[in-house]
Amino acid sequence: MLEIKNLHVCVGDKPILKGLTLSIQPGQVHAIMGPNGSGKSTLSYVLAGRAGYDITEGAIAYNGEDLAAMPPEQRAAKGVFLAMQYPVEIPGVTTMTFLKTALNAQRRTRGESDLDAIGVLKLVRAKAKALNVSEEMLKRALNVGFSGGEKKRLEILQMSLFEPKLAILDETDSGLDIDALKLVAEGVNALRSPERAMLVITHYQRLLDYIVPDRIHVLAGGRIVAEGGKELALELEAKGYEHIVGQDSIKRSA
Amino acid sequence: MSSPAQIETREAVAEIGDKYKYGFVTDIEMDMAPKGLSEDTVRFISAKKGEPEWMLEWRLAAFRRWLTMKEPKWARVHYPQIDYQDSYYYAAPKNTPLKQSLDEVDPKLLETYKKLGIPLNEQMALAGVAVDAVFDSVSVATTFKEKLNEAGVIFCPISEAIRDYPELVKKYLGTVVPVTDNFFATLNSAVFSDGTFVYVPKGVRCPMELSTYFRINASETGQFERTIIVADEGSYVSYLEGCTAPKRDVNQLHAAVVELVALDHAEIKYSTVQNWYPGDENGKGGIYNFVTKRGDCRGDHSKISWTQVETGSAITWKYPSCILRGDHSVGEFYSIAIANHFQQADTGTKMIHLGANTKSRIISKGISAGKAQNTYRGLVSVYGKAKNARNYTQCDSLLIGGACGAHTVPYIESRNPTARIEHEATTSKIAEDQLFYCLQRGIPQDEAVSLIVNGFCKEVLQQLPMEFAVEAQKLVGISLEGSVG
Repeated sequence: MLEIKNLHVCVGDKPILKGLTLSIQPGQVHAIMGPNGSGKSTLSYVLAGRAGYDITEGAIAYNGEDLAAMPPEQRAAKGVFLAMQYPVEIPGVTTMTFLKTALNAQRRTRGESDLDAIGVLKLVRAKAKALNVSEEMLKRALNVGFSGGEKKRLEILQMSLFEPKLAILDETDSGLDIDALKLVAEGVNALRSPERAMLVITHYQRLLDYIVPDRIHVLAGGRIVAEGGKELALELEAKGYEHIVGQDSIKRSA
Repeated sequence: MSSPAQIETREAVAEIGDKYKYGFVTDIEMDMAPKGLSEDTVRFISAKKGEPEWMLEWRLAAFRRWLTMKEPKWARVHYPQIDYQDSYYYAAPKNTPLKQSLDEVDPKLLETYKKLGIPLNEQMALAGVAVDAVFDSVSVATTFKEKLNEAGVIFCPISEAIRDYPELVKKYLGTVVPVTDNFFATLNSAVFSDGTFVYVPKGVRCPMELSTYFRINASETGQFERTIIVADEGSYVSYLEGCTAPKRDVNQLHAAVVELVALDHAEIKYSTVQNWYPGDENGKGGIYNFVTKRGDCRGDHSKISWTQVETGSAITWKYPSCILRGDHSVGEFYSIAIANHFQQADTGTKMIHLGANTKSRIISKGISAGKAQNTYRGLVSVYGKAKNARNYTQCDSLLIGGACGAHTVPYIESRNPTARIEHEATTSKIAEDQLFYCLQRGIPQDEAVSLIVNGFCKEVLQQLPMEFAVEAQKLVGISLEGSVG
């Protein structure tokens, strides 16, 4: 589903990703772990198509198509979803209006007809219940005055609403207490399916106790420096990043 | 009874009438006054309208006054010197030949109508296509009129009111915006070609929203409109001006005057959606919209509320104001001003607190994009007798891109120590992360800008009558298309 080959990405003049290779199949959940500044968020932005993240080398194939050639809104319509670390506030735009606008914009890009207000409302209500997102929250301006937990729940609600093929979760655990984390993780787990791939980006092992990945990649210095099964997370937790990253730098210098 | 002067006037009018006959009647398309501005032009217009003598005298007095006045230069707008002798002051657009089908209409105009969601029948009416067969506007207007008649509401073109209700017109004309008020208002007084007259009798709640939209075929509005709305004691009326369709006016200068009078316990709500031609992306063409609008809360407990959505015009010079004369009277001003490309907007309000316990509220949302300049200019003035006067002002500016400008120029004067005046102002940009968030959720750029700006303007859009709020929202989006590179 997603084939990243030798990806080099610059932000301004600064190289951030330096030859990243990664492959994800439908139905799989992969985790990207790594210390601060290793390029985790850059990877998520470049997949989503944010301006200012320039690919200087390498390729990203998404279901056989060149992902980098698509504008961000088209990627969204084709099933790429990024749950953001810091969901933005849009004053004056109610959450419900935003969801309806986004849902119908995606449908239009795919050549489908708009859902009417009642259709969207029904759909959102059905999905919102499971994530403990209240009617009242949907009436408030998007993310304005939301708590950290509310913001993240709303991200997962959108994921459930848009039914992406590739969901990228960028530091979804940041700013959450353990109860909020469990709720969000349950929401994510409920969306695991044989057709859907997920890329979970996190600094800490703790999220992976709840969202158990099929495969873990350790990102450092813009490259994957270690890979393994879910037990790799425990090793990282026990020994720290330095252990693995350090080994790698020795390997490279050797 | 006629004085020599009146006889002379009559003769002069007759003479111009003759000139007109020879010069223009043979060609209906050219139903215009001779180019330039002189007493003859004023007489010509008055004669065309079949006005009584008092009206002509009033116009001539205004014209003579205008000759002594200078164009105001204090606004933050720049434009080449206007040659007032190089314009036509009367053109009857009614007689422009009707197009036979939509194929003859500028496709760009139709594209805009389509985006606004205006039904096809109305698109045809607005674009000046013969619509009698498909759209029975006459019957719409008739049912409308009957309903208003029942309520005793007068709603007609001002030229008709001058003929049919001269006493009412005399009583209120020029009492809110005096003939001598300012250069453009005085010019309007001399040469106004049409406009609207509304009178709502005591205790009557006008049974419907009044709008020029309904009378688009009954009386086309000209360059110099004159509108008077009078709400008698305890009455209520909501009036909407503009039909949100772009009017590709060939003439550059548009100088309207609007006068509102609210008597004891009366309320007037006046909403404007202005979408005149703004000029092209390079700043060529467009309307100079130099408008004087003022409401007089003449009675105790009266209320006047202005709501404006200004998206068009190359230059906007407009300060809808309230004179809070009656005790406990309330003035409100809700404004959205969008300036894109090379548009310049200098707009705001004046709240003049004369009576005790008067209250005013100003919410202004300015959006600048492209190379546009957008200025909020406002005055809150509390006079000595206005004890316990209250004002709340909020001015928010939103910038899109780095080449535009937003300016806030608030003037506050208080001569009463019990007055309480609050002013808040913010300036913000559409953040890159807001745009990216929308794009990531599948919302294309132009739609994202429209969504964010509509959110920014929400408090003002909410003030518009429901059916127009939807059109105004779309208009906000359309006028900012392509503003983010």
